Amino acid sequence: MHADRPPRPDQVYLFGTCLIDLFVPQAGVDAVRLLEREGLTVHFPRAQTCCGQPAFTSGNPDEARRVAAAQIALFDQPWPIVVPSGSCAGMMRHHWPTLFDDDPKMQARARDVAGRVYELAGFLVDVLHVDYSAASAEPVTVGLHTSCSARREMGTRAHGVQLLSALPGVTLDTHANESECCGFGGVFSLKHADISGAIVHDKVASLSAVCERFVTADCGCMLNISHAAEHQGRALRGEHLATFLLRRLEGQA
Amino acid sequence: MSARERILARLRAAEPGAPVAPPDVAAYYAQRPRLTPGERLQQLCARLRASRADVMVAQPAEWARVAADALHLRGVRRLALNGEVRAEELAATLPPVIEAVRFDGEIESWKQEMFATIDAGFTPASAGIAATGALLLNHGGALPRTLSLVPPISLVCVDARDLYDDLHHASSSQRWADDMPTNRVLVSSPSRTADIQQTLAYGAHGPRELVVVVIADGDLA
Amino acid sequence: MSAQPMHFVSPAQFRDRVSEALADDGLRDNFRSAMNFLRDKRASQFPDPVETEALRDLGEAVRKHALAHLPALLEKLETNLQARGVEVHWAETPGEACAIIHRIATEAGATRVIKGKSMVSEEVELNHYLEARGVECLESDMGEYIVQLAGERPSHIVMPAIHKTKQDIARLFEQKIPDAGYTEDVDALIRTGREVLRERFMQADIGISGVNFAIAETGTLWLVENEGNGRLSTTVPDIHIAMMGIEKVVDTLEHAMPLASLLPRSATGQAATTYFNLITGPRRPGDQDGPRRMHLVLLDNGRTQAYADAQLRATLQCIRCGACMNHCPVYARVGGHAYGTTYPGPIGQILSPHLLGLDDSRDLPTASSLCGACAEVCPVRIPIPSLLMRLRTEANRAPGAAVAQPLAGQGASFSVGQKLVWRFWSGIYASPGRYRLLRWAATRFRWLAPRRQMGWTQHRTPLRPAARSLHDLMKARGQPR
Repeated sequence: MHADRPPRPDQVYLFGTCLIDLFVPQAGVDAVRLLEREGLTVHFPRAQTCCGQPAFTSGNPDEARRVAAAQIALFDQPWPIVVPSGSCAGMMRHHWPTLFDDDPKMQARARDVAGRVYELAGFLVDVLHVDYSAASAEPVTVGLHTSCSARREMGTRAHGVQLLSALPGVTLDTHANESECCGFGGVFSLKHADISGAIVHDKVASLSAVCERFVTADCGCMLNISHAAEHQGRALRGEHLATFLLRRLEGQA
Repeated sequence: MSARERILARLRAAEPGAPVAPPDVAAYYAQRPRLTPGERLQQLCARLRASRADVMVAQPAEWARVAADALHLRGVRRLALNGEVRAEELAATLPPVIEAVRFDGEIESWKQEMFATIDAGFTPASAGIAATGALLLNHGGALPRTLSLVPPISLVCVDARDLYDDLHHASSSQRWADDMPTNRVLVSSPSRTADIQQTLAYGAHGPRELVVVVIADGDLA
Repeated sequence: MSAQPMHFVSPAQFRDRVSEALADDGLRDNFRSAMNFLRDKRASQFPDPVETEALRDLGEAVRKHALAHLPALLEKLETNLQARGVEVHWAETPGEACAIIHRIATEAGATRVIKGKSMVSEEVELNHYLEARGVECLESDMGEYIVQLAGERPSHIVMPAIHKTKQDIARLFEQKIPDAGYTEDVDALIRTGREVLRERFMQADIGISGVNFAIAETGTLWLVENEGNGRLSTTVPDIHIAMMGIEKVVDTLEHAMPLASLLPRSATGQAATTYFNLITGPRRPGDQDGPRRMHLVLLDNGRTQAYADAQLRATLQCIRCGACMNHCPVYARVGGHAYGTTYPGPIGQILSPHLLGLDDSRDLPTASSLCGACAEVCPVRIPIPSLLMRLRTEANRAPGAAVAQPLAGQGASFSVGQKLVWRFWSGIYASPGRYRLLRWAATRFRWLAPRRQMGWTQHRTPLRPAARSLHDLMKARGQPR
């Protein structure tokens, strides 16, 4: 089993995820800067693309395997792999090994890599023991949406809460049905657009009732909720946890 | 081949899957904290009351009078009971206004009367379960199932010495599996339903009221 | 609110019914408040996470053990039931199950059946079968009675009338029950139902019930209920017929103990239901009541298909508590009828493909965001999201592809176009060079992002790629590789 609290490393990999790469690159840069701030050297293998989750969850494991195999080859140093997304981290840690049930050699490599995968918030708290008490004290109220994978596969909801609660000036407001899915679910949001739309509609309503800004460590949820809010003409906007943390640490609101 | 043989053949032809160890149910319950007799009594009463049962604790010499008073208070005229020690004790204590009705023979001869004329039925319990606030009724033989089911009021007595922490504790201590009567019933409240807009209502199809007398002597009471 | 006639619906029309359900604000409100109520009730029964997880482990172990020994346990159950005078019948299909029961009724000259709650009887559409042959079938569970009166089917496996408000039921009773005036008082409504059904319990020739756990070692059928209608159905009529899926057996009485604790706590948030009704055989010599004849009908109906596959077998661990649907964001939005299946919600999505085939049920496995709330609360730890993904894979598989255990309707969602899209996708994402090209094009031509993006833009503003990708930014920073 994965050791959640290994000794503090001085080098790590960042797996940026395909969504961040193309749609929210600043979140990736901010995650790198948060890690560098703690004195780490952050490696970014240039050949990385995607964890394969879209194919995996839509019932196309052969295609997922092909993409995952290409990623697994990129992390040959024994460094931790930090992922600024609970759902990609969940895919890598829990599902990569299962993709290679028929290939023991590849499965062993997948297990080795999976065992080094960390969701960003979990890594900051459990491994780096970050201290953010010197951050900006300007008052702000935010909501927190934890992705279902971060909550249930990676167990890092508490880490998000801990990081935000430790920031001076930040009030964290809990929204109604906080533990419920935002309705994204990758391909689900396309295949069952109406159900997904109904779920995110309610998520936008319950977040809007307590805040105009929300923070999340998953870009899938963030894009889903923010773009649904925009579609409805609501002011609610989301921000990646890494970006929010870094800005507060740099003394901004 | 019959349906039976085809179903069993398909099951036997299935992938074996990973080997499965027998569950250690006893070990799980053994590591649960044990209650003292006083805690058991207290918990049983609290749980039953929370489920809208009317619970009284009485001394062995007093229980029948306490039970009879409870029936009298509810205006019971006809009480169904059957011949065993507790039933006889209760019958002997009933005020004249309450008639003890004993059904002989099988249900076909008294079904109509049971449904139409009986206000309350008396059933002694063989055990009480503290964890869930439930009473064990061993129906069969001279204790027909309808006694605790058809009359609007169900009266149950239980001896405080027969209380157990949980269902596993009771079933293993009393060795239930060795001798199953036709119908073992665990009762934890008057019959109830929340099928209409999650609103709890009592007296669904079974008794509207559950009256419990726990017989406890000395220290416990 | 729409009262949809629920006979002969099929999950194949899932999408149409979802649209109807989503457009019905009243229905959504009913489900939302009912779900919140049931979630809170369940949570109150599991205050200690350590105890909860240990008990779930035990529940899972019991069910896995039973399934691992299923054929032997079924034979043991049969032997012990027969020793108690219970006649045991085996049915491969719904039609066979119905015919067995009709034959028992015919031989006994029975015309009036009273039913306790049985989802298996819903699964085989028993009421319809018997009514068509002149045998009256009356549901006695209050929720089941209400949906039967309304000509509908249950929308929830534990609370059949959960989609109805008390106003709906007040109107229904006023219309359908002679002398029942309009009242929204729930106690009065229940009293009305009780009075109507009491008479019928007394007159019924046959009582039909489900089974929650069947104990192989003692030949005992364990029924869990609150209303007392299950006890009446299995006590008063001369004949009792119990129906169960073949998966419901456990080895020993002791094995049923953790399940009996998990089931009511997970289902309705009760420490125990009003009645645990453990039935061991029909009336014995010396007994004063109870049925004189007793039958058990064991139903396969696709369960052996799920059983054949070591992964899909976990579907059969289910103890039908309904916690998965109570916690499902999809179920809470569309309600139980939209699924068009006997078992709605997450458990229905993984079970129905075996009962009905993937052809009709192909839209069910994809109707999930895979949020995992179901698996988190499942008392026997069924890995529902993994099984949904597996069923998606089987639905996508080429119809003729040779596999060890083909599922009925394998390849129901297969399309060459779809397959090519995923081939193309993986061709890009498995190749750094091709992916670089995609990145370049996506960021350069970001202004060309379409305004309509499949389902996404029905409820959201369009997505547009960033001007520079993370790869670009990392390169500009000189990030080590």
